[in-house]
Amino acid sequence: MNFWNDPVNFIGQWLGGLLSGLGLAPSLVNFLLSLLGVLVLAMGSLLFTIFLIWYERKILGRIQDRLGPNRVGPFGLIQPIADMMKIFTKEYITPIGADWLPYNLAPIMAVASVLLLYAVIPFGNRMVGVDLNVGVLYLVAIGGFGILAIVMAGWSSNNKYALLGAFRVIALLVSYEVPMVLALLVPVLLSGSMGMSAIVQAQAGGFWYLFVAPLAALVFFLSSIAEVGRAPFDLIEAESEIVAGFNIEYSGLKFGFFYVAEFLHSFTVSVIFATVFLGGWQGPGAATYPLLGFVYFIVKAWIVYFVLLLFRGSLPRFRIDQMMDLNWKVLTPLSLSLVVVIALVDKLLANVSLLVRGIGLLSSSLVVGFVAVEIMRQAGAKRRREVAPAFEHREAASGSAPVQPGSGGGL
Amino acid sequence: MTSIQIIFLLAAAGTLAAGVFVVSSPKILHAALWLIVSLFGIAIMFALLQANFFAVIQVVVYIGAIAILIIFGVMLTRRIMQDTGLQLTRFWWGAALASLGIFAGLITMLSGWKAADIALPEMSSSGTTQAISQLGQALVSPDAYVLPFEAASILLVVAMIGAIYIALDRK
Repeated sequence: MNFWNDPVNFIGQWLGGLLSGLGLAPSLVNFLLSLLGVLVLAMGSLLFTIFLIWYERKILGRIQDRLGPNRVGPFGLIQPIADMMKIFTKEYITPIGADWLPYNLAPIMAVASVLLLYAVIPFGNRMVGVDLNVGVLYLVAIGGFGILAIVMAGWSSNNKYALLGAFRVIALLVSYEVPMVLALLVPVLLSGSMGMSAIVQAQAGGFWYLFVAPLAALVFFLSSIAEVGRAPFDLIEAESEIVAGFNIEYSGLKFGFFYVAEFLHSFTVSVIFATVFLGGWQGPGAATYPLLGFVYFIVKAWIVYFVLLLFRGSLPRFRIDQMMDLNWKVLTPLSLSLVVVIALVDKLLANVSLLVRGIGLLSSSLVVGFVAVEIMRQAGAKRRREVAPAFEHREAASGSAPVQPGSGGGL
Repeated sequence: MTSIQIIFLLAAAGTLAAGVFVVSSPKILHAALWLIVSLFGIAIMFALLQANFFAVIQVVVYIGAIAILIIFGVMLTRRIMQDTGLQLTRFWWGAALASLGIFAGLITMLSGWKAADIALPEMSSSGTTQAISQLGQALVSPDAYVLPFEAASILLVVAMIGAIYIALDRK
C-alpha cells in the first residue's frame, strides 16, 4: 500500500503507528483516529462553505447583471471571511419567553443534520467515512433531524411568524420527502444495494444512472431542491408574507448557523446527486488513484451545484398551492409508477448484456415520461376549456377586448 | 468494561430518563421532544446490536415521521401549549404499584431466560446485508409473515381512507 493507491488508509496507518509508538492502547488509538477523521471532514466541509457563499454570490451577481462581491481581496474572495468576522461580533438577542434549550439546540442541530450526511459519502475508492450497508436510508433518516431543527426553532422562538414559517417549511419538507425517497429507490433497485459505495461501484464503466434512469434523476433533483428550500421552492424565506421564516428571532452566530446549514445543504444535495446518479468518483484511472477520483467527484458535484444556482437565479417562486400540486399530483404518482416500471423492466432484462439492459431501462423511462407529459397536457387543456368561457363572458361584459382562447387559467 | 458496554449503559440510562420526562414534564411539547430523545436511544440500542437497518428505520419512522406528526398535532391544537397543571392524579400510587409489579414480573422472567447468557456473535458486513434480504423475503413469503404483513397494510389503507373521509370538505 502506498499513498497514491490508498491515501486515507496510508495516513491512518502512519498516524496509528506514530500514536502506538507513544505507548497508547490500540482501542484509544482507533478512537483518536476516528475522531480526527470526523474533525477533518466536518471542518473541511464547514470551511468549504465560506468558498461556496462567495461562489454563489458571484454567480447570482452575474445572472442579475451585477459584479457580485469584488472589493475585499482578489475577485472579492475574502468577502465571506469578512462577513463571518462581522457575524462573530454580533450580539445574541434571546426573545422573552423563548424556550431556552430547544432555542439554542436548533441551530446546532440544523448544521449537524447536514454534516452527518457526509459520513456515508464515498469521496473516492476506499475513501469513505462509514460504508454503511443502509447508506441511502441513512440519508433519509438524517433529513428527519433537519426537519426537527426547524420545528424546534419555530416553536421555541415564542413568535407567531416564526411558528407559521416553520409550519410552511415542514409541510414542504415532509411532502417532498415522498418523491425523493421513491426516486432514490430506483438506484437501489438497479444496483441491488443500499450502500453508497456499492451504488457507486455498480455505475462503473459509464453505466451512470442519470443515463439509465433520467426520469428518476429529474424527480430526485427537483425534490432535493425543495428539500433545500432553494428557488423556485424558497418558501423558507418569504419576506412579504411571514416576515422572514422560522429563523426571525435568531441573531448573530445562531442565525449564521442556519445560514451555513442552508448553503452547505444545497452543496450536499449536489454531492448526493453526483454519488447516486453520476457515478460518484468513477472515471478513467480513478479506481487505482483515489485522489483522481476525488477530483472527478468534486467536478461532478460542482456541475450539479452550478445547475442548482442557475435554477435559483432564473426561476420565479411557486405559490404554496402550486408547490403542493406539483408534489402530490405530478412527482409522487410519476415516481411511484416509475419504480414499478423500472422494477419490471430490470427483472425482465436481468440476463442480457449491460448495454441492452441500459437501453431497455432508458426507453422505459422515456415512455413513462412521455405518458406523464401527455396526461398533464390533457389535464391542462381540460382546465383551460373550463375556465376560458367564463373569462370571455366577463371580458365581453366589461367591454374590453376579448381574450384569446386558451390564455385564461393554465395548469 | 468494554466501550460497547459503556455506550450501552449511557444510552439505556438516557432512554429511561427521557421516558420519565415524557410523562412528567408539564409542557406537552417538551414531552414530545423528550419522546424523540427516548426513541433515539432505542435506535442506539439497535445499532449496538448490529441491526443497522432497524436503527435507521427507527429514526426514519419514529423520529422523521411519527414524532414530527405528534408535534404538528400538538402545535395545531388550541390552548394546549399553556397547559401547566399538576402532572399527578389522585391515584398516582396505584399506577406506581402496577408499573412496579410489571417491572418485577419482567425481571423475574428475564433472569431465567437462557438467551441472556449467550454472547453476541460478531457479524460481518455481508452478514448484515444478507439479514436485510432475508427479512424482505420473510415478509412476502407464504411460509413466514405474508399474512400479518398484508393485514397490516390493509389496516393502514383503511386508516388512510378514514382520515381522508374525516378531512373531506363536504360542500
